[in-house]
Amino acid sequence: MSEVRKNYVRPLDIKHGQVDMAHGSGGRAMAQLIEELFAKYLGNEYLAQGDDGALLPNPGEGRLVMATDSHVVSPLFFPGGDIGCLSVHGTINDVAMMGARPLYLSAGFILEEGFKLADLARIVQSMAAAAKEAGVPVVTGDTKVVERGKGDGVFITTTGVGVVAPGRELSGRYAKPGDVILVSGTLGDHGMAIMAERESLGFESPIVSDTAALHGLIEAMRASGADIHVLRDPTRGGLATTLNEIAKQSGVGMMLQEKALPVTPAVNAACEFLGLDPLYVANEGKLVAICAEADAEKLLAAMQAHPLGAAAAIVGTVHEDAHHFVQMTTGFGGRRIVDWLSGEQLPRIC
Amino acid sequence: MKYIDEFRDGEVAKGLAEAIRREANPARSYHFMEFCGGHTHAISRYGVSDLLPPNVKMIHGPGCPVCVLPIGRVDQAIRLALEQGVTLCTYGDCLRVPASDGLSLMKAKARGGDIRMVYSSADAVALAQKNPNKQVVFFAIGFETTTPPTAVAIKQAAALGLKNFSVLCCHVLTPSAISSILESPEVRQWGTVPLDGFIGPAHVSTIIGSRPYEFFAEEYRKPVVIAGFEPLDVMQAIKMLIRQVNEGRAEVENEFSRAVDRDGNKKAQQLVAEVFEMRKHFEWRGLNILPYSALRIRSQFAEFDAEKRFPLGYQSVADHKACECGAILRGVKRPQDCKIFGTVCTPENPVGSCMVSSEGACAAHYTYGRYKDV
Repeated sequence: MSEVRKNYVRPLDIKHGQVDMAHGSGGRAMAQLIEELFAKYLGNEYLAQGDDGALLPNPGEGRLVMATDSHVVSPLFFPGGDIGCLSVHGTINDVAMMGARPLYLSAGFILEEGFKLADLARIVQSMAAAAKEAGVPVVTGDTKVVERGKGDGVFITTTGVGVVAPGRELSGRYAKPGDVILVSGTLGDHGMAIMAERESLGFESPIVSDTAALHGLIEAMRASGADIHVLRDPTRGGLATTLNEIAKQSGVGMMLQEKALPVTPAVNAACEFLGLDPLYVANEGKLVAICAEADAEKLLAAMQAHPLGAAAAIVGTVHEDAHHFVQMTTGFGGRRIVDWLSGEQLPRIC
Repeated sequence: MKYIDEFRDGEVAKGLAEAIRREANPARSYHFMEFCGGHTHAISRYGVSDLLPPNVKMIHGPGCPVCVLPIGRVDQAIRLALEQGVTLCTYGDCLRVPASDGLSLMKAKARGGDIRMVYSSADAVALAQKNPNKQVVFFAIGFETTTPPTAVAIKQAAALGLKNFSVLCCHVLTPSAISSILESPEVRQWGTVPLDGFIGPAHVSTIIGSRPYEFFAEEYRKPVVIAGFEPLDVMQAIKMLIRQVNEGRAEVENEFSRAVDRDGNKKAQQLVAEVFEMRKHFEWRGLNILPYSALRIRSQFAEFDAEKRFPLGYQSVADHKACECGAILRGVKRPQDCKIFGTVCTPENPVGSCMVSSEGACAAHYTYGRYKDV
């Protein structure tokens, strides 16, 4: 769009317009979509460079962490969030779980022909708000359009870059026998919020997604001085699957206490009703931390002092086990395996 | 959760475990079959067996709806989706049941079949209403609990005059399965399956009542205690069974009196009788062909019968040679006795139907209890 003769370009009709194939053509329509929608809301000094890539300052000492995540959630808008903020939180959390400070994001959009520009604007605004709140700008992006019926509204892939300070190292490989397992809050809220919105299920619930960026909580946890060995966000597959991944990576076994697991009554009831187990339902604003036993109480106190960790709890311990089983003492008094998620519990949850 | 947590209370369980230990005669052993998959799941999920004394053993029964579904029936559903191009709706657990040619409904979906998971038969009717140009078939499976909703769906479709809705009816009957187990040579002649009593179905009994089990108690001298699906229900029922055995009684007792009475749900029974009639015989996985053990749609509602609407012809297909699902469903073998358990056959790649549903004996043992085997 010319800066001189603005009026020669008809503005994008965000209220009534729809995405058409021209918006992905690389031509004027695409430039206009970027300028009037993406740049308008997500704008920052790096995005404003307008080149093929973003030129970023050297982050200084430490190592770089990079993580990527594609988002295909259905429905696009759900109680507590939408695909926009989810795509920002999801990737920031992946970077943060490595102990890194998230610095920048990229965003790739695959739009379906006919998708309402009003919905796209809502999503981009939500991304912008989430990025601003987290202090992590979207510095580069891409848009493609596929024919009607070849996509489902919009898919968003975000990539995040962060920097981890020298000497810090977290990995799923570092859980040790004797360690303690903590979770930062209630389990299953995101998955059940999505489930309740699916039209085919026809039940109403007050459950709200927990989608949130967790790097602030992690900073508070680190500031406590606790010796954290592992951090991970239990998204798809829930806490059960995440713990099985860690047990396998670290070559250890785990024992959970069912009574200690934080689950809201609403999520519990919805899971009961649908025959699901909250241990397998996705979270988007929760983390699992594994730390040395001596530091567990200190770490728990630091988590509970942060708004995103208010319902944090110690839920289990790590022990030696050649089979890498994650087990649980049930509230009933028995013992059972908490297995990997088998098959697909809830498709397109994030 | 009110009315749920009370039945999962660990403190009460401790007390009940102690009472069972006192009740059980250490000089003998007790073998009880929990008929329903719901009980199998509760026992594994809550670790009920950990609370039982070593001389009280549970045997898993055949009451898991997808476990007893024979390959031939799943093949029919797959053919409807792939060859007839219908929209096939069914309950979630059905999707992964292994069928012929390495297929399952889920794999047929990946091949382009329009296969949808629904939570209720009413969803399938709604789908047919919404898509008048598409034939919608509800693949109806399950015991007496899921039968009345299917009857309602057929009556609804009739009332709405739907021309694009039909049902592939594979509903089966609990009493036939119990007879088949009690009549099996392992129980009756050889005594290789010791069986001292049954935990009777929970949800099925809310429909059919406790009366149908009276025959088994009397004729076969086996005590039956109907129990709810919560772990405390199961433990209480075990205690009642032990007491019956000790006193030499074989009666039908009802632990689940909060939901079950002797006559069951008359309205549901009438509805089922109005829409369905007995099949002369029906193939079950593991139990073979059982006479008068399943339902078909009455001729009055023939237009909603997928077996009449589409050229389907039933073809019986044998299970995988090494698969022991048949013996496991009859209580003759345990999951860990099967050579392919946990090696070739896993929840990700089930060979037999018992590895599919969380109510299946193999899936329950694999998912919750396999630490006991190592």
